Amino acid sequence: MIFVDEYRDPQLVHSLSRQIRAESHRPIRLMEVCGSHTMAIGRFGIRSLLPDHIRLISGPGCPVCVTEIGYIDHACAIAAEPEVIVTTFGDLIRVPGSQSSLEQERARGADIRVVQSSLDALRIARDNPDHKVVFLGIGFETTAPTTAAAIAQAARDNANNVFVLSAHKVMKPAMMALVTGGVDLDGYICPGHVSIVTGAAMYEEIVAECEVGCVISGFEPADILLAILMLVRQAERGEHAVEIAYKRAVTWDGSQPAQRLMDEVFVPRDAVWRGLGNIPESGLGLAPEFNRFDAERAFDVELPVSEEPAGCRCGDVLKGRCEPVDCPLFGEPCTPENPVGACMVSSEGTCAAHYRYQNE
Amino acid sequence: MCLAIPGKVLSLEGDIARVSINGVICEAGLALAEEIAVDDFVIVHAGFILQKLSSEEAEEELSAIRTAFVDQEEP
Ligand code: SF4
Ligand code: SF4
Repeated sequence: MIFVDEYRDPQLVHSLSRQIRAESHRPIRLMEVCGSHTMAIGRFGIRSLLPDHIRLISGPGCPVCVTEIGYIDHACAIAAEPEVIVTTFGDLIRVPGSQSSLEQERARGADIRVVQSSLDALRIARDNPDHKVVFLGIGFETTAPTTAAAIAQAARDNANNVFVLSAHKVMKPAMMALVTGGVDLDGYICPGHVSIVTGAAMYEEIVAECEVGCVISGFEPADILLAILMLVRQAERGEHAVEIAYKRAVTWDGSQPAQRLMDEVFVPRDAVWRGLGNIPESGLGLAPEFNRFDAERAFDVELPVSEEPAGCRCGDVLKGRCEPVDCPLFGEPCTPENPVGACMVSSEGTCAAHYRYQNE
Repeated sequence: MCLAIPGKVLSLEGDIARVSINGVICEAGLALAEEIAVDDFVIVHAGFILQKLSSEEAEEELSAIRTAFVDQEEP
């Protein structure tokens, strides 16, 4: 397939690597925002193809990693209510909350079902009219429109037993907050799938305000190296710009149907990011017309005071302040099988990706 | 929770497509994409088609990279 194999061609990959070495002179720090990039960088051994003075730092781009512990607590509390079915993407069920995880709630008898899509939640709701079905909506601009599509559908169907607990987030305020908060970066390797939805235009403000380069990358080795080469060239010229290294998928204006649905169903609100804290206007809550689908309103549950696991350095890892191996819990006791912090849970999680590829 | 590999559209029915991703067949909603046809290569995320991949752009991108670097090495 032209879209995959050609971008893994060893000759192409090595030419790109050589070109980067030839053109790169000044030390730079680049952050890959997306968890799938973190995983691809580990899997394809991208670091070994770069000169030492180019540092790649993993950012807060895995939706599971940045889900705050209070959200897990909220989901667990709702799951414990009678006549409730909680539907969720698989990774979330293993994230430890303050006192419990969804996995533990399920072992205690709660009805928690792993789904592949928000549409599965609608189907489960139709099949179980005497239950309240709650969908755990997490993710950035890639996943938020899929939740929006399901809510719009539920509204058209006049469904009265579907609810969303939204932890949806948008990328731009977080990318800006990292830089203004003091994380020292020359450029962002921007998330390919988020950019399919938002379009490259979204990054213009980041480039202008934060003086960092923004290059959108795909997920194959040649994509990532091309993006790095573009960022190297910007740095050598002393420039910052928005560029696309993933033109087969990303356009300047993004996906209109996805943007329309998000604008219709959601409104921006402040959101807490695990490790990064509260970032204004970085979250998505339900718009007033869709209030009746809001699980935050539909359920009156008591929440524990949320507590981060002792010793966990997820926050520093997500800000690029330390490497996963610098966390005292990394590998012992924190492993993908037995995660202490959220970054170890999904395979795109920064700590999980490092754990998996550490010996390669 | 994310898939970076493109899939191929096998069939369309109403607002649902059947897509083969690495040989695994799944259903994907069409609400977020425009003008999807059978045989298109698409990015699927969380049960929806996000985007159709452009083979023209891919050809162009690859040939731009190849002519810029690979040829230079064999003068
Ligand atoms: S949601 Fe998209 S941008 Fe975010 S980690 Fe997954 S693939 Fe990357
Ligand atoms: S190793 Fe575990 S506890 Fe430490 S930062 Fe990573 S996820 Fe958190």
